[in-house]
Amino acid sequence: MASESLTTTDYIQHHLQNLVYGRHPDGTWGFALSPQEAADMGFWAIHVDSMGWSIGLGLVFCWLFHKAAKKATSGVPGAFQNFIEFVIEFVNNTVKDSFHGRSQLVGPLALTIFVWVFLMNLMDLLPVDLIPYSAQLFGQYVLGMDPHEVYFKIVPTTDINVTAGLALGVFVLMIYYGFKIKGVGYVREFVFHPFNHWIFIPVNLFMEVVGLLARPFSLALRLFGNMFAGEMIFILIATMYSAGLLLGIFGGFLQMGWAIFHILIITLQAFIFMVLTVVYLSMSHQDH
Amino acid sequence: MNINMTLFGQMVTFAFFVWFCMKIVWPAFNRILEERKNKIAEGLDAADRAMRDLELAQGKATDALKGAKQEAAALIEQANKRANQIVEEAKEKARTEGERLKASAQAEIEQEVNRAREELRTKVATLAIAGAEKILEASIDENANRELVDKLAAQL
Repeated sequence: MASESLTTTDYIQHHLQNLVYGRHPDGTWGFALSPQEAADMGFWAIHVDSMGWSIGLGLVFCWLFHKAAKKATSGVPGAFQNFIEFVIEFVNNTVKDSFHGRSQLVGPLALTIFVWVFLMNLMDLLPVDLIPYSAQLFGQYVLGMDPHEVYFKIVPTTDINVTAGLALGVFVLMIYYGFKIKGVGYVREFVFHPFNHWIFIPVNLFMEVVGLLARPFSLALRLFGNMFAGEMIFILIATMYSAGLLLGIFGGFLQMGWAIFHILIITLQAFIFMVLTVVYLSMSHQDH
Repeated sequence: MNINMTLFGQMVTFAFFVWFCMKIVWPAFNRILEERKNKIAEGLDAADRAMRDLELAQGKATDALKGAKQEAAALIEQANKRANQIVEEAKEKARTEGERLKASAQAEIEQEVNRAREELRTKVATLAIAGAEKILEASIDENANRELVDKLAAQL
């Protein structure tokens, strides 16, 4: 809780607002001090917290795996190497099961998605107020800001920009490999599939394009929706802490239960994102 | 929730991490896992070979043992035979020796008997003559009776 005067609605809204840096309507650049200001910035703004956390967690992923790779031996592996190898083999097996082409990219791509998305989702398990509140204190006492104007979200995957960025990256790869592997045949798929007759060309085109666009959308929205909903429930549970001792204790148990359940969800969502990416890329590699 | 530049920032970041993973992490682990696979395959191969060798060696050992047993049995049989033979020979020798001893003893006895008889014969002759001398007391011509007594003695 930032302060006693905060209403529940304010609290929730405050938690759902990113730290935004961008161009104000008057042309100057700076941080948005309210959701309204952030919205007014439109496209020319960047979510500093989402970017920061996702890059930081990505670096953690790179650092961990790079460290393991540097020290790895083909002899008896240590515990750390064993764990990393377990993850890699798990991803590799999943890729082999769903992807039947030959590609240098799909394995590393799947691994990056799985671990990175998992790490980003993992931030959801931190108590909802811990880091945002620390950031508020930092803003208040170090930077001299009004704590109500300090916004900080730590779960990058509850930001639609992040999940959409990932999905769009996958989408670009889908299109790229489609053309690279099949050439003109890739276009033919859109035109003569599923009804192989020239009369049906517009129908085919419509259906196939919708089908194609649905993939990145579903990727982005599935992850975002799950994580956002999970975060929301954590926030709602957290509002109980200011509603008396009994409800607070009850909320504590609720949070614990939801967090345990959420361990499953964050892993599952990272896994689903990875598998669907592999499947979509596999579709781009296969001829009908 | 508004879409903004974060989207593209995220795409760039994503591309970088995938690139890093593809260039650094993935090949290293692929190599290591491949190496380990080969090592394990070699190890299993060696184990198989060792197993075959062991079986072979065990077969050889069994054969050698069987051979040794047979040889030992043959030796024992031979030794038994030889022992029997020796015993038989010894028995035979003892018997012949015994017979020889018996024969020589008999011969000696016969000799002894003959000698005693001879002695007796001469002594009987003398005794008879002496007895006759005493009986007759007279001067019987020794020479005249000699022939008679000798004839008597020869009948003994």
